[in-house]
Amino acid sequence: MNRELWVRRGLKPLLFVALSVPALWLVYGIVMADLGADPQKYLVHQTGKWALNSLWLTLAVTPLRRWSGIAQLLLVRRMLGLFAFFYACLHVTAYVTLYMQLDWATLLEDLTKRPYIIVGFAAFLGLWPLALTSTRAQMRRLGRRWQQLHRLVYPVAILVAVHFVWQVKSDLNQPLFYALLLGFLLAVRVYWQWPVRQSPIGSSRQVPAAEK
Amino acid sequence: MAPLIRIAGALNEARVSDETAYFQRRQVLQALGLLAAGSLLPAAAAQSGPGQALSARRDGNPGKLKLTEEAAVTSYNNFYEFGLDKADPAKNAGRLKTAPWSVVIEGEVNKPGRYDLEDLLKGVELEERIYRMRCVEAWSMVIPWIGFPLASLIKRFEPTSKAKYVAFQTLHDPQQMPGQKPGFLGFSSLDWPYVEGLRMDEAMHPLTLLAVGLYGKTLLPQNGAPLRLVVPWKYGFKGIKSIVRIRFQESQPATSWNRSAPGEYGFYANVNPAVDHPRWSQARERRIYSGSLFGGVERIETLPFNGYAEQVAGLYAGLDLRRNY
Repeated sequence: MNRELWVRRGLKPLLFVALSVPALWLVYGIVMADLGADPQKYLVHQTGKWALNSLWLTLAVTPLRRWSGIAQLLLVRRMLGLFAFFYACLHVTAYVTLYMQLDWATLLEDLTKRPYIIVGFAAFLGLWPLALTSTRAQMRRLGRRWQQLHRLVYPVAILVAVHFVWQVKSDLNQPLFYALLLGFLLAVRVYWQWPVRQSPIGSSRQVPAAEK
Repeated sequence: MAPLIRIAGALNEARVSDETAYFQRRQVLQALGLLAAGSLLPAAAAQSGPGQALSARRDGNPGKLKLTEEAAVTSYNNFYEFGLDKADPAKNAGRLKTAPWSVVIEGEVNKPGRYDLEDLLKGVELEERIYRMRCVEAWSMVIPWIGFPLASLIKRFEPTSKAKYVAFQTLHDPQQMPGQKPGFLGFSSLDWPYVEGLRMDEAMHPLTLLAVGLYGKTLLPQNGAPLRLVVPWKYGFKGIKSIVRIRFQESQPATSWNRSAPGEYGFYANVNPAVDHPRWSQARERRIYSGSLFGGVERIETLPFNGYAEQVAGLYAGLDLRRNY
């Protein structure tokens, strides 16, 4: 079996469809006017949730590569990251236009006074350089610095987790579940980075090259 | 407020002058003979299931408040006993058994006891009250409740001079209320049962309503059937639902949200645009009229005491509302 072909022709299109479905489902809901009594808030929550899911999936790629031994899994990582960016853009757009109805005064106040908004917005800003340098040309241009820049995804993910935990009113089951998952995904990396350990595949320096 | 005189006769053409679909619907039902004579009695709220037609003296809506569509009122609810999502109660509350229903009256009263809802409603004159409902989460609705002043009920039990506060309790039954079971990580959304309370003068205020219906029908479970509190100048969470216990006491009762996050939710919970929730502004609100993506919601300024300052501000003279939020 050709693993690269399997990932490129099988897994990647499958994930593309899977992560497109939530957006299409929301569009369907809009068209059918079937998003409940507060569609504005629903759209904000759903797009936020899928930005989160996509980002967590992105971070799961490296551990899954190492455990499965399928180095080619790396071929889906950029797409997953761009889905996270896509949903984050929808999330912020829905919040500003539909939820806040372009009430700039209150938005500005939120951005200076409300910790969970500040943290969420910081995470959103942090996604931009990652999305903008996701092209092959940028990877080549930045070389080793690309790798360094893209470590930004770790603080961004932590901010996202805090943003989620912080805006919850009383039920912490879901946000803490995501936070635990992230803690695990980050902890394995810390474990691997421990000086004495050598990684069998995917030493981090090979990453840009494998993305061709 | 409309005059406190009951208009004789259940329904007639003149009273069906309002343009809202709600009354048109009732007119149609009446024309079809679907409003059974028995259901026109207030006791219908106790005897029949939810969603039964109720007769009540109408609110003339002098403030010309635009009503939130019935479908939004009955599908968008904070009732954590049935789930955290606003759509959950409408999905999960069907298993709530609202009849027979009884309420325990206890504490500092001359006539304590367990009363059947039917008996509590005997002789009560139901009236419609069109109230703004402002949630602490900064959204709001306008709802035509049907109920009766809490004061009229309280007087019947003859509270003693020691009764300074009234404490309320919601049904606690995880079989009927799945949200009362802990979540998958073991966290409960709140400590159960849900409890709320009012100062005696707040409880006796003529605006304070015990609701048994809305939009001309008995309450659906997701709206707090069969009996719930409505205190229009306070945040929505004060409006405790599916009440099974009312206790009169000398000390200030514990309240669920205050217990859950004392820095965020106070005992008074008066709607106050000047005092922000620690995590969001209370200066404005999203008034939900319908589930329409464009135009269903309007962003408006929040009014002190939710627009009822004229009637209730006096209750809090001398009280620092920043500290007593």
